[in-house]
Amino acid sequence: MNHPQPPETSPEPLAPGQRLPESERKEFSPEALAEIQAIMARYPDKMAACLPALHIAQREFGFISLAAMKAVARAIGIPEGHVFGVATFYTMYQKAPVGKYHFQVCTNISCALRGAAQLLEKVCEKTGVKPGEGPSPDGQWSVEEVECLAGCSMAPCIQVNHDVYDELVDEQKLIDVMEACKRGDYRPWAH
Amino acid sequence: MVAIRTKPDPQSYTFPGFGTDKFPNLMLRGAGDLDNWHLKAYEQKHEGYAAMKKALKMEPVAVTEEVKTSGLRGRGGAGFPAGLKWSFMPKDTPERKFTRYLVCNGDEGEPGTFKDRVILEYNPHQLIEGMIIGGWAMQCQLGFVYIRGEFLWLIEKLEAAIQQARDAGYLGKNILGTGWDYDILVHRGAGAYICGEETALLNSLEGRRGEPRVKPPFPAAKGAFGQPTTINNVETLAAVPPILRMGGAEYAKIGSPKNSGTRIFGVSGHVKRPGIYELPMGTPLNFIVEELAGGSSTGRKIKAIIPGGSSCPMLDEKDFDVPMDFDNLKARGSMGGSGGIIVMDEDTCIVQATLRLIRFYAHESCGQCTPCREGCNWMEMVLYRIEHGEGRMEDLDLLAGLTPRIGLRTLCPLGDAACGPMDSALQKFRHEFEHHITHKTCYAKGSRLLSQVGAH
Repeated sequence: MNHPQPPETSPEPLAPGQRLPESERKEFSPEALAEIQAIMARYPDKMAACLPALHIAQREFGFISLAAMKAVARAIGIPEGHVFGVATFYTMYQKAPVGKYHFQVCTNISCALRGAAQLLEKVCEKTGVKPGEGPSPDGQWSVEEVECLAGCSMAPCIQVNHDVYDELVDEQKLIDVMEACKRGDYRPWAH
Repeated sequence: MVAIRTKPDPQSYTFPGFGTDKFPNLMLRGAGDLDNWHLKAYEQKHEGYAAMKKALKMEPVAVTEEVKTSGLRGRGGAGFPAGLKWSFMPKDTPERKFTRYLVCNGDEGEPGTFKDRVILEYNPHQLIEGMIIGGWAMQCQLGFVYIRGEFLWLIEKLEAAIQQARDAGYLGKNILGTGWDYDILVHRGAGAYICGEETALLNSLEGRRGEPRVKPPFPAAKGAFGQPTTINNVETLAAVPPILRMGGAEYAKIGSPKNSGTRIFGVSGHVKRPGIYELPMGTPLNFIVEELAGGSSTGRKIKAIIPGGSSCPMLDEKDFDVPMDFDNLKARGSMGGSGGIIVMDEDTCIVQATLRLIRFYAHESCGQCTPCREGCNWMEMVLYRIEHGEGRMEDLDLLAGLTPRIGLRTLCPLGDAACGPMDSALQKFRHEFEHHITHKTCYAKGSRLLSQVGAH
């Protein structure tokens, strides 16, 4: 359990019952709310919509802030503490802002055997950001070290936003992927 | 309507002799062809949905019996007989009607494993067909497919395939005039390896933290949303249509005794042709690595092989002839696991490899049971110390003493899984650890598996 803690949105921790300042509150768009309602109706229990709703929140707000968790809790009608627990358990919910193109580099054993450590260093060098440091100043890039992406035979493997790219054995492939990002060929983070 | 991704992937799926009686092609039909996921292609080219139509004419109990006869064992890792698991589901009685669920485990997170991805990419209808047959055999009302969150493009593809099946009348109300209602929901995970454990998966499906539950009650008594539930791996369910098509007795003839059928092996690491190979159970490991995957890609000798995903104890040279099935691997002190074969050559530092694996388990431990939460972190710290030249000789005894205090002392097998690579590395490659402690460098030259940045 070495997961990063979610950021505190205000300098002072919130007291029980205290509300977030108006500027930090989040509301779902009517379309997103309707989507969450539709998901809730599909399951035998409304709590099951928690994970899908957090995915929608990440798409809408870019990352899962404390305010986004509260919005999810309101939309489904479950305790805020439960949503906090769920959001902090799963690593795919980003608890801090990420870049427009979020590079997730697998460094697990199969990729490591074929040069994932060197690839991660190369990605950091090219984008100018380090894993866990937040997006680059222009907001374009961020890097994360992740576990197996199930692309082991084509290792080393990276995921850019929601698509997996493999066979990144030479530097040129990485440059191609980054060029394609700049051209806008890939789905941006919040799509 | 989202666009379905059409990116070809370069891995190998076929080899000389594939599709003949010696190497039957049951699950990877049409793999490599990106249009193969359509219902039309599956029905026209690969006898699609013939098994389902046959099953729906049979009594549900007879379908379970057929799967029992086939001897199909769960492909997720434990190798539990699938037909037996299905028969644990409670039947309706005049006094009590049950709501039953079938859950498909597609949370493929085991390092070195990438078989479910291929089935979902090229043959999603075979999984849907398997889920319909399983649903009919157990008379389930709803099926769930839990897929790991990273596979967004596969989720979109599977949802499109399910819609095609709905349009064809294979899902929904009164399927093919049997009066049976059934549908399949796709649930997207959010990046937790532990959700591959069946009760953690159920918690995650219910919208909770993915922490394993205390067993009993077993899922067959109290599973998803408190109802009787059966959880099967993607590959297990994809193996069901061929069983119904060819008959259980015929299927049982493939493979080795008590380990029937074919299995999808994923070969990765230092080999010339890494990729996906569907082979009968009991195919020797050195045949897969040397003949099919082409042997070492670096030209150096192969030192160690992990035979079934990262949780399995490593094998060294003397065990490379092991037939790949559950019982034989167990007899050699390893496990069948999930079928991911990871090959390491002579220049791989075992200390670095073990540290990388243990770091994974320390990161993915859900934190519920103390032995696993603390033990994995301690193992990681001790290994880090050895790797960075600050190890002491007594650290090796410390590590050897830690694993029996983690293994079999936790709610789920994640703790045991971490002990597998640790124990086997210490037993078989102890000289590398000792070399690290005395010389403060790797025994193998030029191995660099750990990056200078990051490290979680």
